[in-house]
Amino acid sequence: MLQDKDRIYTNLFGQHDWRLAGARARGDWDGTAALLAKGRDAIIDEVKNSGLRGRGGAGFATGLKWSFMPKQAGPRPHYLVVNADEGEPGTCKDRDILRWDPHKLVEGCLIGSFAIGANTCYIYIRGELIREAEHVQTAIDEAYAAGLIGKNACGSGWDFDLYLHRGAGAYICGEESALLNSLEGQKGQPRLKPPFPAGVGVYGCPTTVNNVESIADVPTILRRGAAWFAGIGRPKNVGTKIFCISGHVEKPCNVEEEMGIPLKELIEKHAGGVRGGWNNLLAVIPGGSSTPVIPREVCDTVLMDFDALREARSGLGTAAVIVMDKSTDIVGAIARLSRFYMHESCGQCTPCREGTGWLWRMMLRMVDGSCTLAEITMLEDVTREIEGHTICAHGDAAAWPIQGLIRHFRPELERRIRDAAARAA
Amino acid sequence: MSGGHGNGGQAVEQPTSFAFTPENAAKAKTIIAKYPAGRKSAVMPLLDLAQRQEGWISRAAMETVAEMLDMAPILVYEVVTFYTMYNQKPVGRHHVQVCTNLPCQLRGSDGVVAACKQELGIGMGETSADGKFSLAEVECLAACVNAPVVWIGDDYYEDLDPELTRKLLQALKRGETPKAGSQIGRQGSAPVGGSPTLTTSPVKG
Repeated sequence: MLQDKDRIYTNLFGQHDWRLAGARARGDWDGTAALLAKGRDAIIDEVKNSGLRGRGGAGFATGLKWSFMPKQAGPRPHYLVVNADEGEPGTCKDRDILRWDPHKLVEGCLIGSFAIGANTCYIYIRGELIREAEHVQTAIDEAYAAGLIGKNACGSGWDFDLYLHRGAGAYICGEESALLNSLEGQKGQPRLKPPFPAGVGVYGCPTTVNNVESIADVPTILRRGAAWFAGIGRPKNVGTKIFCISGHVEKPCNVEEEMGIPLKELIEKHAGGVRGGWNNLLAVIPGGSSTPVIPREVCDTVLMDFDALREARSGLGTAAVIVMDKSTDIVGAIARLSRFYMHESCGQCTPCREGTGWLWRMMLRMVDGSCTLAEITMLEDVTREIEGHTICAHGDAAAWPIQGLIRHFRPELERRIRDAAARAA
Repeated sequence: MSGGHGNGGQAVEQPTSFAFTPENAAKAKTIIAKYPAGRKSAVMPLLDLAQRQEGWISRAAMETVAEMLDMAPILVYEVVTFYTMYNQKPVGRHHVQVCTNLPCQLRGSDGVVAACKQELGIGMGETSADGKFSLAEVECLAACVNAPVVWIGDDYYEDLDPELTRKLLQALKRGETPKAGSQIGRQGSAPVGGSPTLTTSPVKG
């Protein structure tokens, strides 16, 4: 188990003062000017060496992403945009950073912006998180008033402006290019790539988009050194990570743990175990709603990191663990997610706009078995027609939960269909 | 598509004009200054400001915002109809939005929905006759370890069950301001009964 001394988010539950004085007492804003004085390249190298992979779901190396930005700002200014549009069902980790550790985020915004040559940063926070936005805005105001950001931020000679932008309810805006369109005042529909944001991002300018947790990790990584962060977890899957444990556990909670902690240990040590005991476990969605479900026998041994979960044909995603015990209608559970993906499709690409509706309607028939056995294969086929055929990964995200269901629970689907047929006969 | 709070095809009586209050007009100026000159980024915060003023966004409000930002009105209509938080018709003074996505469902959101319907005497998408309450179903609110969650006004009410939901709504009916957050006294997202982690002082010596 990770020790408290290695935890970045020491105010994860809001048990201490979240404002500037409290944040400073916990070590935030300590020697920030000296960190910036190391220079842009040194900061990017340190983050690269730390092995930090993006905490928003895709797991792309943060330092590498930063290095894609032009070395020198040309006539087009650079921007850092922080993705605080948390909304992947199961996921509520950024919320705790935003409301209880906003200064870690604000300091990270300064350092990240400096590293990519940006004098301006926008934090795009989902509209529903109104109280969290108030905390972030307070932290921004406090940082300006204390000279930590603004002109000559922290006395570093770097001018830095930070703004908070609130969304208005659209899951798709968590997709980075949809987020940029939304920030520009448009419908949040994803953009075709390339060009990637590092070339053409917000307002047509070079832009890096990072998740809240990735950015808020950075100040601590720089203070303690890349080796400290890289020494936690397994190779290529390092550092600490906030896990969200929801569903059928005794004590749902968030916890910062080491990457690669066994799923079983995570649930039993921190969430009080599965309701009714481990043997009552049916399945887990390990990384937010779009990651395929894994059955109990996989849960027994799987580690919670990018590579281990990929090998289990699922994913770490946002590390949002949704636990389902044996009382769960597993087909109904996945059908509920299908309804979500249909509701949140932006409508731009036909396979997703139409396909997510097809998937949901087919899933409803699977729930009560009012279909034929052949339709299971047809359902799988439909997911394959959507997956990879859309501008963004929303279509994939709609396909994967159903693929996971068919992979692991085909006998249950077949049983329902046979039972329904027997009832009808 | 998004835009779950559309007017459902029903005609909504539209006011003929809209104007920001002087206080909100000043706020609007500050908002516009956050973005590069000539950009349309302020459209969402201005719509939010309009909704906070009126409770919903009328056609006239959209046109006012369009004019302020030098945008074609259609571009503002597109934004309003894309995002679920913009109410295209009046809602109750307490707009009760219940999450029914999977993590909430697993913890009993069906019972919370039933309690809301029963206590308020209205169905999903409806407003009570006295205009005090309206009820809506929403997708994931990002508070899943405190499920089930209901969102009213600017606050989340968490760790609900049918009984706690009824108590919450009854308090609102009486004109009280119930305490937001966990309804069972949890500290944020910490496990019930206290966390086994973060037990040492984080304050630097």
